[in-house]
Amino acid sequence: MSESSRLSVLKTYKLYVGGKFPRSESGRVYEVADAKGTWLANVPLSSRKDARDAVVAARKAFGGWSGATAYNRGQVLYRVAEMLEGRKGQFAREVARAEGLSKSEAALVVEAAVDRWVWYAGWTDKIAQVVGGANPVAGPYFNLSTPEPTGVVAVLAPQESSFLGLVSVIAPVIATGNTAVVVASERAPLPALSLGEVLATSDLPGGVVNVLSGKAAELGAPLAAHQDVNAIDLTGADAALARELEIAAADNLKRVLRPAEAPDFAADPGLARLTAFLETKTVWHPTGSLGASGSAY
Amino acid sequence: MPHSATAFADVTASDSTLRRFLHGLPGVDAVGLEARAASLGTRSIKTTAKAYAIDLAISMIDLTTLEGADTPGKVRALAGKALNPDPTDRATPRTAAVCVYPDMVAAAKAVLAGSDVKVASVATAFPAGRAALDVKLADTRDAVAAGADEIDMVIDRGAFLAGDYLKVYEEIRAVKEASGAARLKVIFETGELSTYDNIRRASWLGMIAGADFIKTSTGKVGVNATPANTLLMLEAVRDFRAQTGVQVGVKPAGGIRTTKDAVKFLVLVNETAGEDWLDNHWFRFGASSLLNDLLMQRQKLATGRYSGPDYVTVD
Repeated sequence: MSESSRLSVLKTYKLYVGGKFPRSESGRVYEVADAKGTWLANVPLSSRKDARDAVVAARKAFGGWSGATAYNRGQVLYRVAEMLEGRKGQFAREVARAEGLSKSEAALVVEAAVDRWVWYAGWTDKIAQVVGGANPVAGPYFNLSTPEPTGVVAVLAPQESSFLGLVSVIAPVIATGNTAVVVASERAPLPALSLGEVLATSDLPGGVVNVLSGKAAELGAPLAAHQDVNAIDLTGADAALARELEIAAADNLKRVLRPAEAPDFAADPGLARLTAFLETKTVWHPTGSLGASGSAY
Repeated sequence: MPHSATAFADVTASDSTLRRFLHGLPGVDAVGLEARAASLGTRSIKTTAKAYAIDLAISMIDLTTLEGADTPGKVRALAGKALNPDPTDRATPRTAAVCVYPDMVAAAKAVLAGSDVKVASVATAFPAGRAALDVKLADTRDAVAAGADEIDMVIDRGAFLAGDYLKVYEEIRAVKEASGAARLKVIFETGELSTYDNIRRASWLGMIAGADFIKTSTGKVGVNATPANTLLMLEAVRDFRAQTGVQVGVKPAGGIRTTKDAVKFLVLVNETAGEDWLDNHWFRFGASSLLNDLLMQRQKLATGRYSGPDYVTVD
């Protein structure tokens, strides 16, 4: 059979919410084109109700994911990297089209993204030692600070870096035990929607990461105002939108990450994103030696 | 309830006449019933209609706690919530009733006395209903003596499934008598009745015996209230009123957790039984977590922002 006689099997890109692959509740789709303007696929144009459903899924997953041991989270994230490694070819093709890169350039970007994921997987059980610790206090107490996840984090993924940037904003959020509602790049959402397929097959509990495709402006507003979203990452919002969302988020005391300038995702990421969505819990505990009183436990 | 005794005297004369009547009811078209329930569930209820539906649904809730771990404190807290569901918005309607076990009626009544929120008590060896009639009647009298305004009884499903309809009928009559002035809700446990035909028969049996309300389920089995079985019961109360002039209420219970579900049930009520039933005297939701979802949706309509579980009480 010659190659040309075969019918093409086109992929239906769908959202990834609560471990399932729904279409948009609104039934809407929009066209995605490659860097040269050639049509690639129709993807769901999510509505605010999809955002709401994703928040419900993320909230439901938060207890289990934040309660899992850091070691276990690391294992699960490493498993995600293994799955990504196996689908490098697919991601390289999608990235090449989306960002107008050559095959070899795209392959390098995907490898960098897999390495980035592994790097964050390694941090899950080390971050507490770096940003937490025993504090010196003037009293017979142990005083211990530990980092705790903030909760449900809405992430507006970077618009330009459709895969390396995406991985660089998702991995730090979930590595520390948060759950995420991710709004993919509007122009180049295919790598993000494919990432959902990888996450679904790699031990990551459903709802820990939820991927929506659509307009950042349309989805950002209900997420920023949502009372049950604890933090928002505005990386993918332009200046005007970021300003508007920051105001909406201030209304319900959300933690906001708003990068000062467009981040360079190829550079060493540092700990900034890991610590952006952590809260510090400090506990006091009597040491047992009460000194002058002479009493001891 | 002289209506049922007289209008159906011939039907309830003996076990065989009752059986003939119940088995003579038209069979239920299961596919048609489910399709009808599903199609009514697709109605889009928005903005002011949604606000109305939410307030109506809140006012129809029998706020329920039926756990072995219920404490007087938990019942008091629940009763407080029934009186004032959303402390940040005093315009929120109260729920219809609080539904508890008989030994918790006094605790609920202490909070609710003097208000229009009723105290409903399950009785008759809830949820299994496997006890001697004397025990069931004593259970009922206890609840009424403690101040229950409404009694939620379970039928003897074993007797019903064995075809002993007269026994079920007489048991409901006896409990009705023991309930005195309290309104009687008769729970069929539709999930255990196996077929839609049985649900229709149970509905008529309950209404003939003098039920003030017919209720789907206890909330303690796998299948609870579904749109289809509730639709079937709504048809039964509609037909019963057309035939006898007596109106009977309907209470779906168990498994209704979201505003969307509740609104679907209200559509069923309006389209099947009619507007006369759109009132908490004639339609109730047996639910607990539903109230929080309704309150969150209510806050969303008021503020334009999605609310979250941190902004309603934990119960």
